Amino acid sequence: MGGEKKARNNSEKALTTGHEWDGIEELNTPLPKWWIWIFYATIVWSIGYWVVYPSWPLVSTYASGAFNWRSRSAVQKELELLQKLRAPLIEALRAAPVEKILADPQLLNLARAQGRVVFRDNCAACHGIGATGIKGYPNLNDDDWLWGGKPQDIIYTITYGVRSAHPKAHSGVMPAFGRGNLLKMPEIIAVAEYVRTLSGLTPPAGTDLALGGKVFKEHCAVCHAENGKGRRDIGSPDLTDSIWLYGSDQKTIVDGIYHGRGGMMPAWIDRLDEVTIKALAAYIHSLGGGK
Amino acid sequence: MQLTESNAARKSLNGNEAVAIALFALLAFIFICVAAVATTSEYSFHAFLLSAASVAAVFGVGNRYFARDIVIPQELVDGRPNYNMEPVRVATLAALFWGVAGFLVGVTIAAQLAFPALNFDTAWLSFGRLRPLHTSAVIFAFGGNVLIATSLYVVQRTSRARLAGDLSPWFVVLGYNVFIVIAGTGYLLGITQSKEYAEPEWYADLLLTIVWIVYFLVFLGTILKRKEPHIFVANWFYLAFIVTIAVLHLGNNASIPVSIASSKSYIVWSGVQDAMVQWWYGHNAVGFFLTAGFLAIMYYFMPKRANMPIYSYRLSIIHFWALIFLYIWAGPHHLHYTALPDWAQTLGMTFSIMLWMPSWGGMINGLMTLSGAWDKLRTDPVLRMMTVAVAFYGMSTFEGPVMSIKAVNSLSHYTDWTIGHVHSGALGWVAYISFGAIYCLVPWLWNRKEMYSLKLVNWHFWISTLGIVLYITAMWVSGILQGLMWRAYTALGFLEYSFIETVEAMRPFYVVRMLGGLLFLVGALLMVVNVWLTIRKPASETESETGQLQLQSV
Repeated sequence: MGGEKKARNNSEKALTTGHEWDGIEELNTPLPKWWIWIFYATIVWSIGYWVVYPSWPLVSTYASGAFNWRSRSAVQKELELLQKLRAPLIEALRAAPVEKILADPQLLNLARAQGRVVFRDNCAACHGIGATGIKGYPNLNDDDWLWGGKPQDIIYTITYGVRSAHPKAHSGVMPAFGRGNLLKMPEIIAVAEYVRTLSGLTPPAGTDLALGGKVFKEHCAVCHAENGKGRRDIGSPDLTDSIWLYGSDQKTIVDGIYHGRGGMMPAWIDRLDEVTIKALAAYIHSLGGGK
Repeated sequence: MQLTESNAARKSLNGNEAVAIALFALLAFIFICVAAVATTSEYSFHAFLLSAASVAAVFGVGNRYFARDIVIPQELVDGRPNYNMEPVRVATLAALFWGVAGFLVGVTIAAQLAFPALNFDTAWLSFGRLRPLHTSAVIFAFGGNVLIATSLYVVQRTSRARLAGDLSPWFVVLGYNVFIVIAGTGYLLGITQSKEYAEPEWYADLLLTIVWIVYFLVFLGTILKRKEPHIFVANWFYLAFIVTIAVLHLGNNASIPVSIASSKSYIVWSGVQDAMVQWWYGHNAVGFFLTAGFLAIMYYFMPKRANMPIYSYRLSIIHFWALIFLYIWAGPHHLHYTALPDWAQTLGMTFSIMLWMPSWGGMINGLMTLSGAWDKLRTDPVLRMMTVAVAFYGMSTFEGPVMSIKAVNSLSHYTDWTIGHVHSGALGWVAYISFGAIYCLVPWLWNRKEMYSLKLVNWHFWISTLGIVLYITAMWVSGILQGLMWRAYTALGFLEYSFIETVEAMRPFYVVRMLGGLLFLVGALLMVVNVWLTIRKPASETESETGQLQLQSV
C-alpha cells in the first residue's frame, strides 16, 4: 500500500500543495467546472428570486418584490376560490330544509360529501370513525336515540350539545341514588336486576324482583316511564331494548344507579356554521338509524 | 544537602489540582444546598446528582495526583510528541454506549407510533418524553462524544502536539457526559424547556456552556502550539463547529430562571422571534454539529484509511468558507408559511439553495480522494462505510435544498418526509462516518493492528445499510402519501380525507420504519461486540498497517 502511494505521489508531485499532516497530503486540483458553474447559477437564481419576491430587510420596511406578492393575500385568494367552488352547493344546502335534503338524492349526496369529513375530523374522536360509539358514547347507526333521531333533533343536539356549558344544551342527569343516600345497596341490586329483566335478561336465583319492581316504580319510572321505555325529551334511555350505553351486567348497572350518570357532548355552534351542522345532521341521519 | 534533594523530588499538588479540588468541593456543597431548597423532587434529584459528580471530581483529581509521577506528563518523550489519548479513549467508549442507548430508544418510539399501547400508560415512557431522549442521545450523546473523541485525536496528530491542559481535557469529556446524564434523566422526569433539540433547562445549559468553553480552549490551545506550519483542514471544520455551537447555544437558551430553587426558566425571546431564534439554532445545529463537525472527521479519516492524498486543497478552502457563510442564514426554511415575515422566508429558502454546491464540495473531496483506490472498497468494509456515508451526505444535502423550496415544502412540511430526510442524513451520513472513524480509532487507540474482525464490520455494514434503506424509503412513501392526503380535495371543494384516515394510512410504513431501525440497532450491537473483542485482544508489537503507532501515555 505504501509503495502504491509513493508511486502516485511521485507522478503527481507537481499537483500537491506540499503540506503534510500525519502522513496526509493534499492535491491542489482545480475546482470542478460543473461545480463552480452550478454554484454561480444558484446565486443568480437567488438574486432573481429576491427581485420578484419580498426579500432583504431595509431600515423600516423590506424590499417588497416586483409584484407585491404576499403569502397572506395569496392564501386569501385561494380561500376565495374555494368558497366560489363551494358556493352553489352551500347555497343549495342553505336553502333546503333538512327534511328536503334527506328526500332529494342529489342534495343528500352533497350533504354526505361534506358531512363525512366533518364527522371524521370532529365527532370520530368519541363516536368512532364508523359512528359505532364506545362505552359511554352512543352508537349513531342504530334506531336507539337518547335525545331523538329526527333530523331536527339531531341538529339541536349537535348545535347545543349535551350538558355542555351552553344555556340551551340538553340537560338533566340521572341522580346518584347510592351516594345520595336515596337507596340502600340491597334495593339498588334488586332494582338493577329488575331493570335487566325488562330487556329479557335472566336474574340470578333468589333475586327479590318484587322489591326491585317496587323501587323502580317509586324512583325510576318518573324518568324512564312505567314500562321502562324512557323519554327522549329528557334523554332517559330505553331500558327494554338490548342496547346498553355503559353495559348490561349487574355491576355496571349498580354502578350507574349508585353514582348516577351524565355523559357530556360539546356545543358545536361556536365551531361549525349552520350549513355545516345541517350537512352533518343529514350525514348522521343517513347512517341508517334516523327516524 | 540530602534534605534539599528530597525536598526537590517531593511530589506536591500543582496550582491547577489545588484549585480544581477546592472548586469542586465548593460546588458539591452548593449543590447540596440547592437540593435542600429545591421546590420539586425531580430538581432536587438533579442537584444531588451534580453534587455527587462534584465529589467524584474531587476524588478523581486526588487519585490522579497520588498515581502520577512527580512531574506532570511532558510535551515530548524521546523527541516524539507525547500524545494524551486517555480522554479520547473514554469519549470513544462513551460514544458507543450512548449510540446503542439512543438507537434503542429510537426503535422504542418507532414501535410506539405503530403500536401506541407500548407506552404502557406511564408518563416516563410516553412518546413526548422519549422522543427528546432519542434525539439528544443520538445527536448530542453519541454524535457529541464521537466529535470530542475524534477532534481531540486529530488535533494532536495533525498538530504534532500534546493536548493543551492537563486536567481540562478530562473536564471536557467527563463534564460533557455529566451534562448528557442531567439532560436525559430530565426528559424522563418531565423537565424540559420545550425547545426542540434544546430541551435541557437552564442549569444543564449553564453546565454545557462551561464545558464547551473549556473544550474550545483545549482545542485552540493545542492548535496554537502546533509543530506544523499550517492548520490541517479537519481542524478548520472542528473549530467552526466548536465556535458556532457555542454562539447558537447561548443565543437560543437565553432564559431567566424562576429561582435557583426551581428547574423552570423562561426564554427571553417571544412569539415569532422565539421561533426564528429556535430555528436559527436548530438548523445550524444540523449545519455546524452534524455537517461541519462530521466533515472534519471525513477529512482526516478517509484519506488516512485510503492512504491517499486529499483530492483538492482549493476546493476545501472554497467550500469551507462558502458553507460557513451560507449555512447560518438557512434556518427560516423551517418556518415556511408561518407567521414569520415573507422576506425572512425568502432569504431562508434562497440561502438553502445556494448552500447546495458548498455542501457538495465536501462530498466531492471525500469521494475523489478515493480516485485511484476504488478497489479498496471491495476489500475494506471500513472505507466502504465511510464512502457510503459521503454518498448519503451528498443525497441529503441535495434533498435539503429541494425541500426548502416553498412549493415543495408546502407538500413535505409536517409530514414523515422530513423524518426520512433527517434520517438519511443521521443514519446514512453522521452515524456511518462515525462508525468508520470508530473502526479506525479503536485499533489505533488500543494499539492493535486492526479490528478483531473485519468480517463482522462487513456484517454491520450490510445489516445497517438494509436498515437505512427500509427506514428512508418507508418515510418517503409515507410522507408524500400523507402530504397528498392532507391536501386532497373532492370535486365539491371538501377535504377528501379526515386526519384520522391519514394516520391509518401511515401505519404499515411505521412498521417498516421500526424494522429498519431495529436492523440499524443490531448492526450497532455487532460493532460494540467487535470493539470489545478488539480491546481484549493482546496488543500488537508492530506498527499497524496504517502506520499509526500509538505512544502509550497516561
